[in-house]
Amino acid sequence: MACEAWQGKLDAYLDGELEPAEAAALSSHIRGCGACAADALERVQIKRSVAAAGKRYAPSPKLRARVRLSVAKPRREIVWQWKVVAVPAVLALMVVLAVSLYTGRESARRQRVYSELADLHIAALASSTPVDVVSTDRHTVKPWFEGKIPFSFNLPELQGSPFTLLGGRVTYLAQTPGAHLIYQLRKHEISVFIFQDREAATVSLPPGAAHALSFNSESWTQDGLRYFVVGDISADDIHELSRLLRSAG
Amino acid sequence: MEVPEKLLPAATFEDLALPLFDQLYNFARWLTEDTTEAEDLVQETYAKALRGFSSFQAGTNFRAWMYRILRNSFLSSRTGLKTTVTFDEEEHEAVSADRSTPESLLLAQASRETVQQALTELPVHYREILLLCEVEEMSYQEIAETLAIPPGTVMSRLFRARKALRSLLQQKLQGGRHGL
Repeated sequence: MACEAWQGKLDAYLDGELEPAEAAALSSHIRGCGACAADALERVQIKRSVAAAGKRYAPSPKLRARVRLSVAKPRREIVWQWKVVAVPAVLALMVVLAVSLYTGRESARRQRVYSELADLHIAALASSTPVDVVSTDRHTVKPWFEGKIPFSFNLPELQGSPFTLLGGRVTYLAQTPGAHLIYQLRKHEISVFIFQDREAATVSLPPGAAHALSFNSESWTQDGLRYFVVGDISADDIHELSRLLRSAG
Repeated sequence: MEVPEKLLPAATFEDLALPLFDQLYNFARWLTEDTTEAEDLVQETYAKALRGFSSFQAGTNFRAWMYRILRNSFLSSRTGLKTTVTFDEEEHEAVSADRSTPESLLLAQASRETVQQALTELPVHYREILLLCEVEEMSYQEIAETLAIPPGTVMSRLFRARKALRSLLQQKLQGGRHGL
Protein backbone atom coordinates (compact mmCIF):
# COMPACT_ATOMS: atom_id res chain seq x y z
CA MET A 1 0.00 0.00 0.00
CA ALA A 2 1.27 3.46 -0.84
CA CYS A 3 2.03 6.13 1.71
CA GLU A 4 -0.96 8.14 0.52
CA ALA A 5 -3.35 5.41 1.60
CA TRP A 6 -1.76 5.11 5.02
CA GLN A 7 -1.79 8.84 5.65
CA GLY A 8 -5.52 8.95 6.09
CA LYS A 9 -5.36 6.15 8.65
CA LEU A 10 -2.52 7.51 10.71
CA ASP A 11 -4.73 9.42 13.17
CA ALA A 12 -7.04 6.48 13.73
CA TYR A 13 -3.98 4.29 14.21
CA LEU A 14 -2.53 6.62 16.81
CA ASP A 15 -5.93 6.94 18.49
CA GLY A 16 -6.02 3.18 18.79
CA GLU A 17 -9.09 2.91 16.61
CA LEU A 18 -7.76 0.68 13.82
CA GLU A 19 -8.61 -3.00 13.60
CA PRO A 20 -5.71 -5.11 14.94
CA ALA A 21 -4.81 -6.48 11.49
CA GLU A 22 -4.80 -3.04 9.90
CA ALA A 23 -2.86 -1.57 12.82
CA ALA A 24 -0.22 -4.28 12.43
CA ALA A 25 0.10 -3.58 8.73
CA LEU A 26 0.42 0.17 9.27
CA SER A 27 2.92 -0.40 12.02
CA SER A 28 5.16 -2.47 9.73
CA HIS A 29 4.82 0.18 7.02
CA ILE A 30 5.96 2.91 9.42
CA ARG A 31 9.03 0.88 10.31
CA GLY A 32 10.08 0.89 6.68
CA CYS A 33 8.96 4.42 5.72
CA GLY A 34 10.89 7.37 7.10
CA ALA A 35 8.36 9.95 5.93
CA CYS A 36 5.41 8.21 7.52
CA ALA A 37 7.44 7.59 10.67
CA ALA A 38 8.27 11.30 10.95
CA ASP A 39 4.64 12.18 10.35
CA ALA A 40 3.48 9.72 12.98
CA LEU A 41 6.00 11.08 15.44
CA GLU A 42 4.82 14.62 14.94
CA ARG A 43 1.20 13.63 15.36
CA VAL A 44 2.00 11.77 18.54
CA GLN A 45 3.81 14.81 19.87
CA ILE A 46 0.88 17.06 19.09
CA LYS A 47 -1.47 14.58 20.71
CA ARG A 48 0.68 14.63 23.80
CA SER A 49 1.01 18.37 23.93
CA VAL A 50 -2.78 18.78 23.58
CA ALA A 51 -3.31 16.22 26.32
CA ALA A 52 -0.96 18.15 28.59
CA ALA A 53 -2.23 21.60 27.65
CA GLY A 54 -5.85 20.47 27.91
CA LYS A 55 -5.54 19.57 31.58
CA ARG A 56 -5.55 23.18 32.51
CA TYR A 57 -8.31 24.03 34.95
CA ALA A 58 -8.94 22.75 38.44
CA PRO A 59 -12.22 23.28 40.26
CA SER A 60 -12.31 25.28 43.48
CA PRO A 61 -12.74 23.38 46.75
CA LYS A 62 -15.91 25.40 47.28
CA LEU A 63 -17.48 24.09 44.11
CA ARG A 64 -16.40 20.58 44.96
CA ALA A 65 -18.10 20.86 48.33
CA ARG A 66 -21.27 22.27 46.77
CA VAL A 67 -21.49 19.55 44.16
CA ARG A 68 -20.72 16.86 46.69
CA LEU A 69 -23.50 18.14 48.90
CA SER A 70 -26.01 18.36 46.06
CA VAL A 71 -25.21 14.83 44.98
CA ALA A 72 -25.36 13.47 48.53
CA LYS A 73 -29.07 14.24 48.68
CA PRO A 74 -30.28 10.62 48.69
CA ARG A 75 -28.00 9.94 51.58
CA ARG A 76 -29.55 12.77 53.51
CA GLU A 77 -32.89 11.02 53.19
CA ILE A 78 -31.28 7.98 54.71
CA VAL A 79 -30.02 10.19 57.51
CA TRP A 80 -33.56 11.37 58.03
CA GLN A 81 -34.82 7.81 58.21
CA TRP A 82 -32.03 7.05 60.57
CA LYS A 83 -33.23 9.89 62.77
CA VAL A 84 -36.57 8.18 63.20
CA VAL A 85 -34.73 5.38 64.90
CA ALA A 86 -32.05 7.51 66.46
CA VAL A 87 -34.19 10.12 68.20
CA PRO A 88 -36.06 7.68 70.45
CA ALA A 89 -32.82 5.81 70.96
CA VAL A 90 -31.07 8.98 72.04
CA LEU A 91 -33.99 9.90 74.29
CA ALA A 92 -33.92 6.46 75.85
CA LEU A 93 -30.19 6.77 76.31
CA MET A 94 -30.65 10.14 77.97
CA VAL A 95 -33.20 8.68 80.38
CA VAL A 96 -30.84 5.81 81.16
CA LEU A 97 -28.02 8.28 81.66
CA ALA A 98 -30.14 10.49 83.90
CA VAL A 99 -31.20 7.51 85.97
CA SER A 100 -27.70 6.14 86.24
CA LEU A 101 -26.40 9.60 87.00
CA TYR A 102 -28.99 9.93 89.75
CA THR A 103 -28.32 6.47 91.14
CA GLY A 104 -24.64 7.11 90.65
CA ARG A 105 -24.97 10.26 92.69
CA GLU A 106 -27.02 8.42 95.26
CA SER A 107 -24.46 5.67 95.48
CA ALA A 108 -21.68 8.25 95.66
CA ARG A 109 -23.54 9.93 98.45
CA ARG A 110 -24.08 6.64 100.23
CA GLN A 111 -20.44 5.85 99.69
CA ARG A 112 -19.54 9.19 101.25
CA VAL A 113 -21.65 8.51 104.35
CA TYR A 114 -20.15 5.05 104.76
CA SER A 115 -16.61 6.33 104.36
CA GLU A 116 -17.35 9.03 106.90
CA LEU A 117 -18.64 6.43 109.33
CA ALA A 118 -15.62 4.24 108.63
CA ASP A 119 -13.44 7.27 109.35
CA LEU A 120 -15.21 7.90 112.62
CA HIS A 121 -14.79 4.24 113.50
CA ILE A 122 -11.06 4.27 112.74
CA ALA A 123 -10.49 7.64 114.40
CA ALA A 124 -12.14 6.47 117.57
CA LEU A 125 -10.11 3.27 117.70
CA ALA A 126 -6.89 5.14 116.99
CA SER A 127 -7.68 7.66 119.70
CA SER A 128 -6.02 7.27 123.12
CA THR A 129 -9.49 7.54 124.55
CA PRO A 130 -11.72 5.58 122.18
CA VAL A 131 -14.67 5.95 124.47
CA ASP A 132 -15.71 8.68 126.87
CA VAL A 133 -17.83 6.42 128.97
CA VAL A 134 -16.01 3.22 129.72
CA SER A 135 -18.40 0.53 130.74
CA THR A 136 -19.57 -2.86 129.75
CA ASP A 137 -22.84 -2.12 131.43
CA ARG A 138 -25.53 -0.81 129.14
CA HIS A 139 -27.28 0.68 132.14
CA THR A 140 -24.26 2.92 132.66
CA VAL A 141 -23.66 3.78 129.05
CA LYS A 142 -27.21 4.67 128.07
CA PRO A 143 -27.80 7.31 130.80
CA TRP A 144 -24.43 8.86 130.05
CA PHE A 145 -25.78 10.09 126.71
CA GLU A 146 -28.72 11.84 128.32
CA GLY A 147 -28.48 15.56 127.69
CA LYS A 148 -25.59 15.04 125.31
CA ILE A 149 -27.63 13.89 122.32
CA PRO A 150 -31.20 14.91 121.44
CA PHE A 151 -32.65 11.42 121.60
CA SER A 152 -32.69 8.27 123.66
CA PHE A 153 -32.18 4.65 122.67
CA ASN A 154 -32.17 1.14 124.08
CA LEU A 155 -29.21 -1.20 124.17
CA PRO A 156 -29.47 -5.01 124.16
CA GLU A 157 -28.60 -7.41 126.90
CA LEU A 158 -25.44 -9.12 125.66
CA GLN A 159 -25.44 -11.93 128.18
CA GLY A 160 -24.85 -15.19 126.29
CA SER A 161 -23.70 -13.42 123.14
CA PRO A 162 -20.05 -13.21 121.96
CA PHE A 163 -20.21 -9.40 121.99
CA THR A 164 -18.97 -7.12 124.70
CA LEU A 165 -19.82 -3.43 125.14
CA LEU A 166 -16.67 -1.34 125.60
CA GLY A 167 -18.26 2.07 126.00
CA GLY A 168 -19.52 5.07 124.12
CA ARG A 169 -18.86 8.63 122.94
CA VAL A 170 -20.71 11.45 121.28
CA THR A 171 -20.08 11.76 117.58
CA TYR A 172 -21.19 13.87 114.68
CA LEU A 173 -22.25 12.98 111.18
CA ALA A 174 -23.00 15.89 108.86
CA GLN A 175 -23.19 18.28 111.83
CA THR A 176 -25.70 15.99 113.53
CA PRO A 177 -24.92 14.66 116.99
CA GLY A 178 -25.30 10.97 117.59
CA ALA A 179 -24.19 8.10 119.77
CA HIS A 180 -21.09 6.13 118.96
CA LEU A 181 -20.94 2.81 120.81
CA ILE A 182 -18.04 0.44 120.62
CA TYR A 183 -18.48 -3.30 120.95
CA GLN A 184 -15.94 -6.01 120.91
CA LEU A 185 -16.01 -9.41 119.31
CA ARG A 186 -12.90 -11.48 120.12
CA LYS A 187 -10.11 -8.99 119.29
CA HIS A 188 -12.20 -6.94 116.86
CA GLU A 189 -13.91 -3.69 117.68
CA ILE A 190 -17.19 -2.75 116.12
CA SER A 191 -18.79 0.66 115.99
CA VAL A 192 -22.48 1.21 116.33
CA PHE A 193 -23.71 4.65 115.32
CA ILE A 194 -27.14 5.93 116.19
CA PHE A 195 -28.58 9.12 114.73
CA GLN A 196 -31.97 10.66 114.40
CA ASP A 197 -33.40 9.54 111.09
CA ARG A 198 -34.44 12.92 109.78
CA GLU A 199 -31.19 14.45 108.77
CA ALA A 200 -30.31 15.06 105.16
CA ALA A 201 -27.11 13.11 105.47
CA THR A 202 -28.74 9.92 106.51
CA VAL A 203 -32.31 10.05 105.35
CA SER A 204 -31.83 8.69 101.85
CA LEU A 205 -29.65 5.80 102.85
CA PRO A 206 -31.30 2.54 102.04
CA PRO A 207 -31.25 0.01 104.82
CA GLY A 208 -29.34 -3.19 104.38
CA ALA A 209 -25.86 -4.53 104.33
CA ALA A 210 -22.98 -2.87 102.57
CA HIS A 211 -19.35 -3.50 102.08
CA ALA A 212 -16.93 -0.64 101.74
CA LEU A 213 -13.27 -0.05 102.41
CA SER A 214 -12.93 -3.63 103.62
CA PHE A 215 -15.39 -2.88 106.41
CA ASN A 216 -18.71 -4.60 106.61
CA SER A 217 -21.65 -2.59 107.70
CA GLU A 218 -25.35 -2.78 108.17
CA SER A 219 -27.92 -0.08 108.52
CA TRP A 220 -31.55 0.18 109.38
CA THR A 221 -34.15 2.54 110.73
CA GLN A 222 -36.07 1.84 113.87
CA ASP A 223 -38.34 4.11 115.90
CA GLY A 224 -37.10 7.21 114.13
CA LEU A 225 -33.50 6.32 114.73
CA ARG A 226 -30.94 5.38 112.17
CA TYR A 227 -28.52 2.64 113.14
CA PHE A 228 -25.16 1.88 111.49
CA VAL A 229 -23.01 -1.06 112.47
CA VAL A 230 -19.49 -0.84 111.07
CA GLY A 231 -16.59 -3.16 111.69
CA ASP A 232 -13.87 -5.36 110.23
CA ILE A 233 -15.69 -8.52 111.24
CA SER A 234 -17.65 -10.79 108.92
CA ALA A 235 -20.98 -9.72 107.51
CA ASP A 236 -22.59 -12.52 109.53
CA ASP A 237 -21.19 -11.20 112.79
CA ILE A 238 -22.27 -7.66 111.85
CA HIS A 239 -25.70 -9.04 111.17
CA GLU A 240 -25.80 -10.85 114.50
CA LEU A 241 -24.94 -7.68 116.40
CA SER A 242 -27.52 -5.78 114.36
CA ARG A 243 -30.13 -8.39 115.25
CA LEU A 244 -29.39 -7.95 118.94
CA LEU A 245 -29.63 -4.15 118.68
CA ARG A 246 -32.92 -4.42 116.77
CA SER A 247 -34.43 -6.68 119.40
CA ALA A 248 -33.48 -4.19 122.13
CA GLY A 249 -34.93 -1.23 120.25
CA MET B 1 -16.51 3.31 31.53
CA GLU B 2 -19.33 0.97 30.80
CA VAL B 3 -21.38 0.26 33.85
CA PRO B 4 -22.13 -3.45 34.13
CA GLU B 5 -25.84 -3.93 34.57
CA LYS B 6 -25.56 -6.17 37.58
CA LEU B 7 -23.45 -3.59 39.37
CA LEU B 8 -25.79 -0.72 38.79
CA PRO B 9 -28.26 -1.24 41.64
CA ALA B 10 -25.40 -1.12 44.11
CA ALA B 11 -23.66 1.82 42.46
CA THR B 12 -25.21 5.09 43.48
CA PHE B 13 -25.21 8.18 41.34
CA GLU B 14 -22.75 9.70 43.78
CA ASP B 15 -20.29 6.82 43.35
CA LEU B 16 -20.39 7.09 39.58
CA ALA B 17 -20.59 10.85 39.13
CA LEU B 18 -18.20 12.28 41.71
CA PRO B 19 -15.03 10.74 40.25
CA LEU B 20 -15.79 12.68 37.04
CA PHE B 21 -15.99 16.01 38.81
CA ASP B 22 -12.48 17.34 38.03
CA GLN B 23 -12.57 16.35 34.37
CA LEU B 24 -16.06 17.72 33.91
CA TYR B 25 -15.03 21.03 35.40
CA ASN B 26 -11.96 21.22 33.17
CA PHE B 27 -14.12 20.50 30.14
CA ALA B 28 -16.75 23.03 31.21
CA ARG B 29 -14.10 25.66 31.76
CA TRP B 30 -12.70 25.10 28.26
CA LEU B 31 -16.14 25.35 26.74
CA THR B 32 -17.30 28.45 28.59
CA GLU B 33 -13.92 30.21 28.88
CA ASP B 34 -15.17 31.62 32.17
CA THR B 35 -14.82 30.39 35.74
CA THR B 36 -18.25 31.41 37.02
CA GLU B 37 -20.02 30.05 33.98
CA ALA B 38 -18.06 26.81 34.24
CA GLU B 39 -19.03 26.43 37.91
CA ASP B 40 -22.68 27.03 37.11
CA LEU B 41 -22.48 24.61 34.24
CA VAL B 42 -20.97 21.85 36.37
CA GLN B 43 -23.58 22.33 39.09
CA GLU B 44 -26.36 22.33 36.55
CA THR B 45 -24.94 19.18 34.99
CA TYR B 46 -24.90 17.34 38.31
CA ALA B 47 -28.39 18.51 39.19
CA LYS B 48 -29.79 17.41 35.81
CA ALA B 49 -27.94 14.12 35.86
CA LEU B 50 -29.15 13.34 39.39
CA ARG B 51 -32.74 14.01 38.37
CA GLY B 52 -32.36 11.95 35.21
CA PHE B 53 -30.37 9.13 36.76
CA SER B 54 -33.38 6.84 36.95
CA SER B 55 -33.68 7.10 33.17
CA PHE B 56 -30.02 6.34 32.65
CA GLN B 57 -29.79 3.10 30.71
CA ALA B 58 -27.75 0.50 32.51
CA GLY B 59 -25.06 -0.90 30.24
CA THR B 60 -24.60 2.36 28.37
CA ASN B 61 -21.69 4.68 28.88
CA PHE B 62 -22.08 6.75 32.01
CA ARG B 63 -19.19 9.10 31.28
CA ALA B 64 -20.48 9.87 27.79
CA TRP B 65 -23.94 10.45 29.31
CA MET B 66 -22.55 12.96 31.82
CA TYR B 67 -20.54 14.79 29.19
CA ARG B 68 -23.56 14.90 26.91
CA ILE B 69 -25.64 16.51 29.65
CA LEU B 70 -22.91 19.05 30.31
CA ARG B 71 -22.49 19.82 26.63
CA ASN B 72 -26.21 20.14 25.98
CA SER B 73 -26.55 22.43 28.98
CA PHE B 74 -23.71 24.50 27.61
CA LEU B 75 -25.18 24.69 24.12
CA SER B 76 -28.48 25.92 25.51
CA SER B 77 -26.75 28.55 27.67
CA ARG B 78 -26.26 32.06 26.42
CA THR B 79 -22.58 31.58 25.71
CA GLY B 80 -23.29 28.25 24.07
CA LEU B 81 -25.96 29.70 21.78
CA LYS B 82 -23.52 32.35 20.60
CA THR B 83 -20.98 29.73 19.63
CA THR B 84 -23.42 27.59 17.68
CA VAL B 85 -24.39 30.51 15.44
CA THR B 86 -21.03 30.33 13.75
CA PHE B 87 -21.06 26.55 13.67
CA ASP B 88 -20.88 25.55 10.00
CA GLU B 89 -19.21 22.26 9.40
CA GLU B 90 -18.60 20.36 6.19
CA GLU B 91 -19.32 17.01 7.86
CA HIS B 92 -18.87 15.10 4.62
CA GLU B 93 -15.41 16.18 3.75
CA ALA B 94 -13.31 13.06 3.29
CA VAL B 95 -10.41 12.42 5.54
CA SER B 96 -7.66 13.08 3.12
CA ALA B 97 -3.95 12.66 3.08
CA ASP B 98 -2.33 15.48 4.94
CA ARG B 99 1.37 15.06 4.68
CA SER B 100 3.08 17.17 7.23
CA THR B 101 5.81 19.33 5.84
CA PRO B 102 9.31 19.09 7.34
CA GLU B 103 8.93 22.47 9.02
CA SER B 104 5.85 21.19 10.88
CA LEU B 105 8.21 19.20 13.07
CA LEU B 106 8.62 22.48 14.83
CA LEU B 107 5.08 22.01 16.14
CA ALA B 108 6.41 19.48 18.54
CA GLN B 109 8.30 22.25 20.23
CA ALA B 110 5.20 24.33 20.81
CA SER B 111 5.07 25.32 24.43
CA ARG B 112 2.21 24.43 26.69
CA GLU B 113 1.05 28.05 26.68
CA THR B 114 1.10 28.18 22.88
CA VAL B 115 -1.00 25.04 22.61
CA GLN B 116 -3.42 26.38 25.20
CA GLN B 117 -3.70 29.63 23.31
CA ALA B 118 -4.32 27.78 20.04
CA LEU B 119 -7.00 25.60 21.67
CA THR B 120 -8.75 28.70 22.96
CA GLU B 121 -8.75 30.20 19.49
CA LEU B 122 -10.20 27.08 17.89
CA PRO B 123 -13.96 26.98 17.28
CA VAL B 124 -15.74 25.27 20.18
CA HIS B 125 -16.70 22.16 18.20
CA TYR B 126 -13.03 21.57 17.29
CA ARG B 127 -11.82 22.38 20.76
CA GLU B 128 -14.26 20.01 22.45
CA ILE B 129 -13.57 17.04 20.20
CA LEU B 130 -9.84 17.43 20.68
CA LEU B 131 -10.27 17.60 24.45
CA LEU B 132 -12.50 14.53 24.49
CA CYS B 133 -10.05 12.60 22.35
CA GLU B 134 -6.71 13.71 23.78
CA VAL B 135 -7.45 14.75 27.36
CA GLU B 136 -10.31 12.39 28.20
CA GLU B 137 -8.91 9.70 25.92
CA MET B 138 -12.38 8.75 24.82
CA SER B 139 -12.86 6.21 22.05
CA TYR B 140 -14.52 7.34 18.84
CA GLN B 141 -17.62 5.49 20.00
CA GLU B 142 -17.69 7.42 23.29
CA ILE B 143 -17.12 10.70 21.51
CA ALA B 144 -19.95 9.84 19.13
CA GLU B 145 -22.25 9.21 22.11
CA THR B 146 -21.16 12.38 23.87
CA LEU B 147 -21.60 14.63 20.86
CA ALA B 148 -24.59 12.68 19.54
CA ILE B 149 -23.02 12.29 16.12
CA PRO B 150 -22.21 9.18 14.05
CA PRO B 151 -18.73 7.63 14.56
CA GLY B 152 -17.84 8.49 10.95
CA THR B 153 -18.42 12.15 11.70
CA VAL B 154 -16.17 11.84 14.74
CA MET B 155 -13.32 10.82 12.47
CA SER B 156 -13.83 13.60 9.98
CA ARG B 157 -14.36 16.29 12.59
CA LEU B 158 -11.34 15.15 14.51
CA PHE B 159 -9.34 15.26 11.29
CA ARG B 160 -10.37 18.86 10.62
CA ALA B 161 -9.87 19.86 14.23
CA ARG B 162 -6.29 18.58 14.11
CA LYS B 163 -5.66 20.29 10.83
CA ALA B 164 -6.99 23.58 12.21
CA LEU B 165 -4.89 23.22 15.35
CA ARG B 166 -1.78 22.47 13.34
CA SER B 167 -2.19 25.49 11.16
CA LEU B 168 -2.88 27.69 14.17
CA LEU B 169 0.26 26.42 15.87
CA GLN B 170 2.23 26.88 12.69
CA GLN B 171 1.09 30.49 12.48
CA LYS B 172 1.99 31.10 16.08
CA LEU B 173 5.42 29.52 15.85
CA GLN B 174 6.26 31.32 12.61
CA GLY B 175 4.90 34.56 14.02
CA GLY B 176 7.10 33.97 17.02
CA ARG B 177 10.13 33.43 14.88
CA HIS B 178 9.43 36.54 12.84
CA GLY B 179 9.00 38.43 16.00
CA LEU B 180 12.49 37.55 17.14
